[in-house]
Amino acid sequence: MKQNMTYMDKVHKWGTTWNLSMMVLLLAFPVVVALLFNAMPDWQGLLMGLLATAPMYWAVGVVETFTYIPMLGAGGSYLSFVTGNISNLKMPCALNALEQAEVKASSEEGEVVSTIAIAISSIVTTIIIILGVLLIVPLTPVLENPILTPAFDQMIPALFGGLGVAFVSRNWKIAIAPVTLMLILFITIPALNAGTVGIMVPVSVLFTVGISRLMYKKGML
Amino acid sequence: MEFSVNHPILFVMVGFIIAAVLAQSAFFLIKAWRRGKELGMDKKKLRKVATTASVFTIAPAVAIVISVLALSKKLGLALPWLRLSVVGSLSYEAIAAENTSNAMGLIGSASPNASQFVTIILVMTLSIMVGIWLVPVVCKKLQSGMVSLEKRDKKWADLFSSSMFIGMIAAFVGFVFCDVSRLWSANADGLAEVVKKVTENGEKVEKTYYYKTTSGLVPVCVMAVSAVVMIILGLLSKKNKKAAWLADYALPISLLIGMASAIPFVALFGGEVKV
Repeated sequence: MKQNMTYMDKVHKWGTTWNLSMMVLLLAFPVVVALLFNAMPDWQGLLMGLLATAPMYWAVGVVETFTYIPMLGAGGSYLSFVTGNISNLKMPCALNALEQAEVKASSEEGEVVSTIAIAISSIVTTIIIILGVLLIVPLTPVLENPILTPAFDQMIPALFGGLGVAFVSRNWKIAIAPVTLMLILFITIPALNAGTVGIMVPVSVLFTVGISRLMYKKGML
Repeated sequence: MEFSVNHPILFVMVGFIIAAVLAQSAFFLIKAWRRGKELGMDKKKLRKVATTASVFTIAPAVAIVISVLALSKKLGLALPWLRLSVVGSLSYEAIAAENTSNAMGLIGSASPNASQFVTIILVMTLSIMVGIWLVPVVCKKLQSGMVSLEKRDKKWADLFSSSMFIGMIAAFVGFVFCDVSRLWSANADGLAEVVKKVTENGEKVEKTYYYKTTSGLVPVCVMAVSAVVMIILGLLSKKNKKAAWLADYALPISLLIGMASAIPFVALFGGEVKV
């Protein structure tokens, strides 16, 4: 690698290599399964399945990419878009780490902190899933216990309660308008629920940035 | 080779891909750690970031294991294990699998044959592929945009990133309140009716579910408990130097207490009612 490349340049180079390789690997899986079991895909099912699923998730994927990259940093973004579970795990984890290390996401220290948090979170998640798969028989009755079910169903509210306090208290002036708007929308529009919250994240982010810009220009921040 | 959704060869292949995911995470971890040291960052600080991240991850990761369980009933264990270890989420994977199964007439919990299985993997993989290739395409440009914004107007750059975070949190705060409207939408029996589109015998039908009107308060109360715990821990760690460590684990602790509080809240406010 060239000596004059900055750390950030190298991150982009590594990220591109890793992500494209992972993409090939993920695409190879169905191909190898098809070859091994001598089974062609059901072409009509494939087309109908893709038509029903892909357009929405491709659109969401594009918007999420542009929304999350400035928040996750470069290394964190390359990793998060391979390992998934971004809004319910990787993003809160990175936010908490940046907050505690008292560094900004846009600084190089922030880049380091967010990458470490997301990498560790990915490794721990992967290991816990492996343990879960290995111990599936004894674990099933525990995890599907009706007494415990509500606790896991309510993970998102429990997560954003703590995270909300940490961020909203420090930026309450910015938070008033988007929190009010989102409360009104989610309470009054029945179609907004667990399935559509992902679409509302970019909407809310754009709205908040717009309002902040307006308040900043008027000298209110 | 005779196909089964739990064929050992599937586990070998999935294990290989997951090893590659682990390798990528380890690679970035090592590189970032070294860079942190080069930048003169305190080793203790870096270690704290790592410990907090791993403690915080445990509860959400267990929730992901539950998602693997849910999907494994139809798709076997290997495919959900892969899909929930790489990009995606339970809601996405379940929708992709259901859309494809419906298109092929694969009804209920019947396991797919090899051809149907390959089709399901293809849809699950292709429909969520955007982020993986788009990040390499746009990441550098977006990052340099942020850097030049910082140079031009530092105060606005800070506000810009705070606004993005607040915007994301605001959307989820709104989501927590999404079922509150059940309070004022009771039917003659005093229950809230929710119409959902579900698949029955391979056909999409509208089905009515009944909930206690107060059930929408459960997530709101859980969020409130978690927020209060976070505030208490913050105050304790500031007041007492011996309790300073609490600040590091405030988020995972408030997450766990919030989740645990859901159990009595569901008992109190109720949930779905079978009619």
